[in-house]
Amino acid sequence: MSHPTVPAMVLAGIGAHLPERVVTNDDLSSVMATSDEWISTRTGIRQRHWVEPGETTLDLAVEAGRAALKHHGEGTAIDAVVLATTTPDRRCPATAPEVAAALGLGTVPAFDVAAVCSGFVYAAATAQGLIAARTARTVLVIGAEAMSSLLYPGDRNVGVIFGDGAGAAVVRAGDHDEPGAFGTFDLGADGHAADLIAVNAGGGRVPHGTPDVAEQEYYLTMAGREVYRRSIPGMADSCRRVLTDRGWAMDDVDTLIGHQANVRILHGVARNLGLDADRCYVNIDRVGNTSAASIPIAMAHAHADGAVRAGDRVLVTAFGAGLTWGSTTLVWPDLPTP
Amino acid sequence: MSVYTKIVELLDDKFGIPSDEVTAESTFEDLDLDSLDLVEFSMAAEDELGVKITDEEAAELKTVGDAVTLLEQKGATV
Repeated sequence: MSHPTVPAMVLAGIGAHLPERVVTNDDLSSVMATSDEWISTRTGIRQRHWVEPGETTLDLAVEAGRAALKHHGEGTAIDAVVLATTTPDRRCPATAPEVAAALGLGTVPAFDVAAVCSGFVYAAATAQGLIAARTARTVLVIGAEAMSSLLYPGDRNVGVIFGDGAGAAVVRAGDHDEPGAFGTFDLGADGHAADLIAVNAGGGRVPHGTPDVAEQEYYLTMAGREVYRRSIPGMADSCRRVLTDRGWAMDDVDTLIGHQANVRILHGVARNLGLDADRCYVNIDRVGNTSAASIPIAMAHAHADGAVRAGDRVLVTAFGAGLTWGSTTLVWPDLPTP
Repeated sequence: MSVYTKIVELLDDKFGIPSDEVTAESTFEDLDLDSLDLVEFSMAAEDELGVKITDEEAAELKTVGDAVTLLEQKGATV
C-alpha cells in the first residue's frame, strides 16, 4: 500500500445500533438450565440485545448506517455499501442493496460479505481494495447480525453467548500518513475447521425438506472449547503480522479492539501478546457476541466512552467461523463525540 | 524435575495457584479451574512439555494426578 498514487482508506465516521429488547442472564436462567454466575464467569457477558419478531438484520443495518452517516456529516456521497452479515434477511438477494435503498444512497454498488465473526474486518479490507483501486472514494461498511434467529430455543451452549446489533463505519480515500488511515489487513481462513461453528442444514448440503433432519440442525452449533483453543493464538499471531507491517512495537498499542466473543479469549489474546489487560476494550458485558457486528459496535462504543481518543494507536482483530480471522491497525482520528 | 513438579509450576504461573495448595489428589474443581481453564492448561502443557492433549482428554481430567499420568503416557519429558 506504499505506492504514492494508491489512496489510503481513512475512518471518517462510526455508529452503532442495538435493538431495544435487553435479555439479561437472569432472563435466560428462567428458560434454560444456566445461571448468571455461570455465564458471567465463563464469558464475561451480563446482558445482550435481541430483536423482536419482525425486526431483522436490514433494520439494524439501516439504523447503524444512518448513525455512521450522521457522525460523518450529512451530504457526502457514498459510493458503495459493503455489509458483513451471517443472518441476511433472505437467502437471495443480499441484504446490502436494500440497506442502500433504505438509506437513500441511490443505485450505488452494494453487496454482502460472509465471514461470520471476522465479517467486518473482511468487509473493511474489501472496502480498502475498492478505494485503492479507485472504484469508490467513500464506502459505508456495516456489520449487522440478528444472531438470535440462529439460536435453537433452549440450547444453552450458544444461547447465552450471542446478541443482535449493528455497527457501521464511513471510510474515505485519503493519505497514508493522516490520522484514521488503516494499515495493511492480515486475513486468513482454514476450511479444514469449517465444522467447528456451523449451521448445518438449510443450505445446499442439507436442503430444506430433507427427510429425517433434526430441527436443531437448522440452527447454530459451536465446538466451544476447540474454538477457544484456536482463537487465542489465531488472533495473537494475526496481530503480530499487522504490527510488524506497520512498524509498531507492542508497547505502541494504546487499545486493542478485539472481536467480543468471550472476555477470557480477549484477555488470553492480550496475555499472549504481552499487552496489559486494561488496554483491551471490552463491551461484551453489555452486548454479548454480535458476530460480524462486534468490531464496529465496539469501535463506536469505545469512541463514545472515550476509551479511544484522537491519536491513539488501535489494533483491531477478529476470529470466527470458517474458520476465518483478520486484523488491521489505525491511528484513531479526531472525530466528533456523538 | 518431574512432570508433576512441572505441572505444579505451571498452575502457579498460569493461574496463580500457590504450589503448597496443590497435591496429586487435588481436583481441578478444588483448584477452581473450570472447563475453559482446562483448555488453557492443556495449551500450556503442550507448549511446556511438547505433547498434545485433546479437548476430550482435557475434559476427562479430574485431578492433577490424572494430568500427570496422561502426560507421562504421552511421553512427556521435562
